[in-house]
Amino acid sequence: MSEASIIGLFVFTIRFAVLLYLAALGEVIAERAGVLNLGVEGMMAMGAVSGFLVGLETGNPWLALIAGIIVGALTSGLHALLSVVLGADQVVSGLALTIFGLALAAFIGKDKVGTPPEGTFEPLPVPGLSEIPWVGEIFFQQPPVVYLTALAGLGAWYVLNRTRVGLGLRAAGESAATADAAGHSVVGLRVGAVMVGGAFAGASGAYLSLSLAPGWTEGMTAGRGWIAVALVIFGAWSPGRAALGALLFGATLALEPRLQTFGVDISPILLSMLPYLLTIAALLLLSIRSRNRPSPAPAAIGIPYRREER
Amino acid sequence: MPDAASEDAVLLRGIWKRFPGVVANAGANLRVRRGTIHAVLGENGAGKSTLMNVLSGVYRPDEGDLVIDGRARRFSSPADAIAAGVGMVHQEFRLVPTFTVAENVVLGASPLRIDKRDISARVDALADQYGLAADPTRPVWQLSMGERQRVEILKALWRDARVLILDEPTAVLTPAEADELGGIIRRMADEGRSVIFISHKLDEVKAFCDEATVLRGGKTVAESLDVREIEPTRMAELMVGDAGASVAERPAPHPVGKPVLELRGVNALGSRGLPALIDADLTVNEGEIVGIAGVSGNGQRELADVVAGLTPTTSGSIVLAGVDVAGRPPRVRFKAGLAYIPEDRLGVGLAPALSVVDNAILRSYRAHRRGPLLAVERCKRFCEGLVEKFGVKVGNVDDRIGSLSGGNLQRLLLGRELSGEPRLVLAAQPTRGLDVQGVRAIQQLLVDQRDADTGVLLISEDLDELLTLADRLFVMSEGRLLAEFDPTTATRAEIGAAMAGADGAMR
Repeated sequence: MSEASIIGLFVFTIRFAVLLYLAALGEVIAERAGVLNLGVEGMMAMGAVSGFLVGLETGNPWLALIAGIIVGALTSGLHALLSVVLGADQVVSGLALTIFGLALAAFIGKDKVGTPPEGTFEPLPVPGLSEIPWVGEIFFQQPPVVYLTALAGLGAWYVLNRTRVGLGLRAAGESAATADAAGHSVVGLRVGAVMVGGAFAGASGAYLSLSLAPGWTEGMTAGRGWIAVALVIFGAWSPGRAALGALLFGATLALEPRLQTFGVDISPILLSMLPYLLTIAALLLLSIRSRNRPSPAPAAIGIPYRREER
Repeated sequence: MPDAASEDAVLLRGIWKRFPGVVANAGANLRVRRGTIHAVLGENGAGKSTLMNVLSGVYRPDEGDLVIDGRARRFSSPADAIAAGVGMVHQEFRLVPTFTVAENVVLGASPLRIDKRDISARVDALADQYGLAADPTRPVWQLSMGERQRVEILKALWRDARVLILDEPTAVLTPAEADELGGIIRRMADEGRSVIFISHKLDEVKAFCDEATVLRGGKTVAESLDVREIEPTRMAELMVGDAGASVAERPAPHPVGKPVLELRGVNALGSRGLPALIDADLTVNEGEIVGIAGVSGNGQRELADVVAGLTPTTSGSIVLAGVDVAGRPPRVRFKAGLAYIPEDRLGVGLAPALSVVDNAILRSYRAHRRGPLLAVERCKRFCEGLVEKFGVKVGNVDDRIGSLSGGNLQRLLLGRELSGEPRLVLAAQPTRGLDVQGVRAIQQLLVDQRDADTGVLLISEDLDELLTLADRLFVMSEGRLLAEFDPTTATRAEIGAAMAGADGAMR
């Protein structure tokens, strides 16, 4: 086990963590507003294919990333329309979005499968910090999206916990009638939260096709969107705890292809189950703990809101 | 912005509000003077809540004028009412359990950036000003009902409500907390705010309020009475009204047999976890109708639920037709001979989305089996038998039962319950909301049961119904069964005094 391979493991732990965290952060925002969006996988695929195509066209990774963000938000808009505005079942609508998004992304990108990518993100060493042995190599020689994700996490925490919009958003997710009676627009907040969530999922997808695994193949999201959904639960709907969970889950993803080089004789398939096993364990712990206190899950999640008029 | 020329904080004139099949307000009026505490009294279904929901912007009235502080208003949402200075504390609190007290108070009216220490300090200062003890940093789920109510009041004060509506605020409070609340709202009134106090506890109205308006059947029957001048008895009379749509005359008496229901020292908690039924002793014999009168919310619902097995008792014994059923599930009680006509007929009594047939066999489905399956044709025949025998008007027995009218629902429900040849019929508000014809039909069915030597326990808010039908009559007040009356001799005034819980009234 060489030093380089250990550093490589950590580098990729962070890169995979960013992939999961971006998507999970978006899902945290949507779920805190009371909307479960199981379409993460589909939104990621749409973000990945549109980021990849715009990269091919323009050669500019930033334009490509922005395209992924916009397409992710627009894709999630479908879920917002169905489940928030029209009050459809959130689970059904979200699952439909995943299936639809995966298929549409495959259709859009079918002629470009295997085309060498253009406009990918290159590692951007942070001056000074990147010189630190180990730490610099692991944390400060990463593609720029990695740094932006850390800022996004802090920003999401701040908005959720320290602003009026965040207070209203959390109220909409805990008790929509209360938020409404207090003068917040529940529909507005929820649509906004779902679309911001979609933007994050789209960013995650674009990061995948432009940085983590540059290129496009059908099904390249490979279930990472589902891990992100699990991560929201594992992280107890908190941006901070989700970041820790993302590192843990990211480590399992980074470890998977390296197991053999490390000479460990465990099937990588077993390892890929780990995020879900951890999530089940987290759910167990949460339900034991929450016998006499409210669960961290937003109470109004999954419940469409309509103002009562008997 | 109060208009100094107007002494009225609130003026409602000719408010009409109709819902499908129900007229909730039929020209209701209300005038609340600034700086006073104004009681709005009325029975359940009198239209109090609807009128307050109109005033607080939840409902838009079909007709009528709304004037706040001398200015005509038209609210299209609660936010409009809040902006006009009207705040309402609903019976069901509108609080986010996982938020802190401070977060709940400022929700919807907070600064753009939230500094937790800053809002906590400001909420704390506001709470101190009104003597509303509340720790702003505690999450609401840890608070008692009384504390939560204080948070609701703080919310209204945070938005500087000039008119505060409290919907049955003392229902969730202990007596000491209720007295404290009285002091708090008096302080608010002294500041020039107006408080509307919805209640049917007349002693509290007498103790806390300046004026009272009484609603009945969606109409204002007495406006702005001076509470100091008027007796609680008179208020109770106004609330329950004069002659209702009752049976014309008293059925002939019937010989009484042995006991079918005996409650001894039964205690139970209400939905809020407070004692709602206290030391209930009650006997119902074969062949008699025992009536329970009282202003709603005084434990009648709990009494019914305890007998039906829907609410556990905390102590005491319940013997139903010789079987001790305390702590046993509803099925055991049905087997012992209980027929239950619940207050909530389309929820507890019947399943609205199921067909008429499915509802009809809900209790007796075991009798219509073929092996492990239901014998569909036999079910249908059974249902059609009920429909015919009890005169239920129904298009097709496979229709959803939710499409039937109130009277027909009740006929089917009674038919189903009585088809098992019960020993005891427990009927809670069986005629509420029915038209005259429906009322008579249901009442006749109850009398027929009595004449067939069944015991009947009739819980009703319609005093005339009780005075006409009951062989013996009890009044419930604050969870207790008060003195027994003989309906043939008791006067409305006597019973009204007991319902009002007036001190010294035969307690």
